[in-house]
Amino acid sequence: MTAVYIHADNIVSPLGFTADENFRQLVRSVSGIKQRPGGTISPEPFQASLFDDIPQAGEQYTRFENLLIASIGDALRESRVSPADPRTALILSTTKGNISLLETEPFSSSLADRVSLHTSARLVAEHFGFVNKPVIVSNACISGILALLTGMRLIQSGQYDHAVVAGADVITRFVLSGFQSFQAVSSSVCKPFDAARDGINLGEGAATIILTSDKQYASGIRLGGGATSNDANHISGPSRTGEELNLGIGRSLREAGLSAGEIDFISAHGTATLYNDEMEAKAINLAGLQTVPVNSLKGYYGHTLGAAGLIESVITLRSMKENTIIPTLGFSTMGVTQPVNVCSSLLQQDIRHSLKTASGFGGCNAAMVFSKE
Amino acid sequence: MSSAYYISSSCVISDRVIYRNGLPVFSGEESPLPDLLISAYRHFGYQYLKFFKMDNLGKLGWLAAEILLSGGFDKNRYRPEEVGLVLSNAHASLDTDTRYYETVKDIPSPALFVYTLPNIVIGEISIRHGFKGENAFFVSESFDAGFIEHYVTRLVNNDILQACICGWVDVLGDRYKAALFLVEKEKRENSVTFTAKNLNNLYALQNG
Repeated sequence: MTAVYIHADNIVSPLGFTADENFRQLVRSVSGIKQRPGGTISPEPFQASLFDDIPQAGEQYTRFENLLIASIGDALRESRVSPADPRTALILSTTKGNISLLETEPFSSSLADRVSLHTSARLVAEHFGFVNKPVIVSNACISGILALLTGMRLIQSGQYDHAVVAGADVITRFVLSGFQSFQAVSSSVCKPFDAARDGINLGEGAATIILTSDKQYASGIRLGGGATSNDANHISGPSRTGEELNLGIGRSLREAGLSAGEIDFISAHGTATLYNDEMEAKAINLAGLQTVPVNSLKGYYGHTLGAAGLIESVITLRSMKENTIIPTLGFSTMGVTQPVNVCSSLLQQDIRHSLKTASGFGGCNAAMVFSKE
Repeated sequence: MSSAYYISSSCVISDRVIYRNGLPVFSGEESPLPDLLISAYRHFGYQYLKFFKMDNLGKLGWLAAEILLSGGFDKNRYRPEEVGLVLSNAHASLDTDTRYYETVKDIPSPALFVYTLPNIVIGEISIRHGFKGENAFFVSESFDAGFIEHYVTRLVNNDILQACICGWVDVLGDRYKAALFLVEKEKRENSVTFTAKNLNNLYALQNG
């Protein structure tokens, strides 16, 4: 099967506007999560990782589109892949896109059109001169990983040689009120896998990964394999057994031609809800990965929804290049029933193969393996 | 890409009529979508209380899948992880997004918030039938048969899936359309080749 390589990447987050800046901040244990005063987003004060300012590409673009443009623009700057090449795909990932427009404007058919994800996708594609119609993935919290997987598959099937995969979400009253209504938001900085964990923080951000089948453009890491699965159990609660995430992990490893013993590092979803982290710990055990160092980056970025899988994948790529595993900010006391090796201090070790996982509403799970050449 | 797979059955719900394999099997009097969906549910005698908790997108997709899989489909042929769903639409979950946001001004409704993601309909169908394979929800301005053919063929070609429910489920206000297709490797009675052309014909309710 065609090998699919990482070519270039970016993260635009409250911690910085490039992947390097972001990684350096994490190495220094800097979190983007801060206490925010009550106001338009929430009547009560809340903890979240939000932008104070974002780069503006033009007045016609919304906050969401500006984030995508900033992230894709930076990734393309360091890239030799051209959007104008008919062999280049654009794949976008988001959960809520421009939903904030519902908060400030009366509903009409023209507003519906402006909110629609295909409108944002067209504007972003036109901004950079992509010639192919963008592919839009909106699959809850696995969107970022699924977008990457979609890019890999479109390249492997021979339809494209390159894929620019980007994801973004912004935090507005719509999203925060929803998670608050589920009693899912922590009043402090979240504590993934910890005994005292009590919910998520939300975060804003965007990330881009450019994939290519052209070995000349390869940066030393490739996508080994990936998969999604469904719990077929509950629309808003994760599996009680972790079997289905384990199915996805197993298929990803098989596609990558690896055994569990060859995985050096796991970048987990680790949202810091009671049920997610417990389910992930069970899946990691079922997969035979319980001794592998695992982290969650939610204590730095919060849950960035449709961007999460991509932001965390870019950090995973940096971790592999630097052979440095970022500690799980907020974790101190083991709080899941199955043993997992939660990384709680900066760890230097050789990383040849990594696993990234994600799970979301609708019972969806995703896994992706990254391998050094 | 040439395809050696088959569309075993299709279900289209459009303009108050439900079609199975291109033939009308139900025609509703009720014009608002929720009423139409409930009368179709009763007409077919389904017993699934979760149906009434679903949003319009969930009900539309669930009903289309139920009719799609009625008669002929034997899920025991496959392991749960061998059956997946690849769905798409134009308006994501915007129909429910507007309803949810109405509640935010008063007391935000968790029961509505969970439906503010388009892939929840995939979850509902997966729960009903126990499908645990690959799932993906894509958004496009109109039904992109070429993309669906390409993506699903890749999954079946590589034995990631043995059977796939794919297609379109879209709702915004009084505009709606569902067109679901069951794709399998084996040719069955009434099946047609899995090609973008056949998907488009079945979607548009044209013969051939």
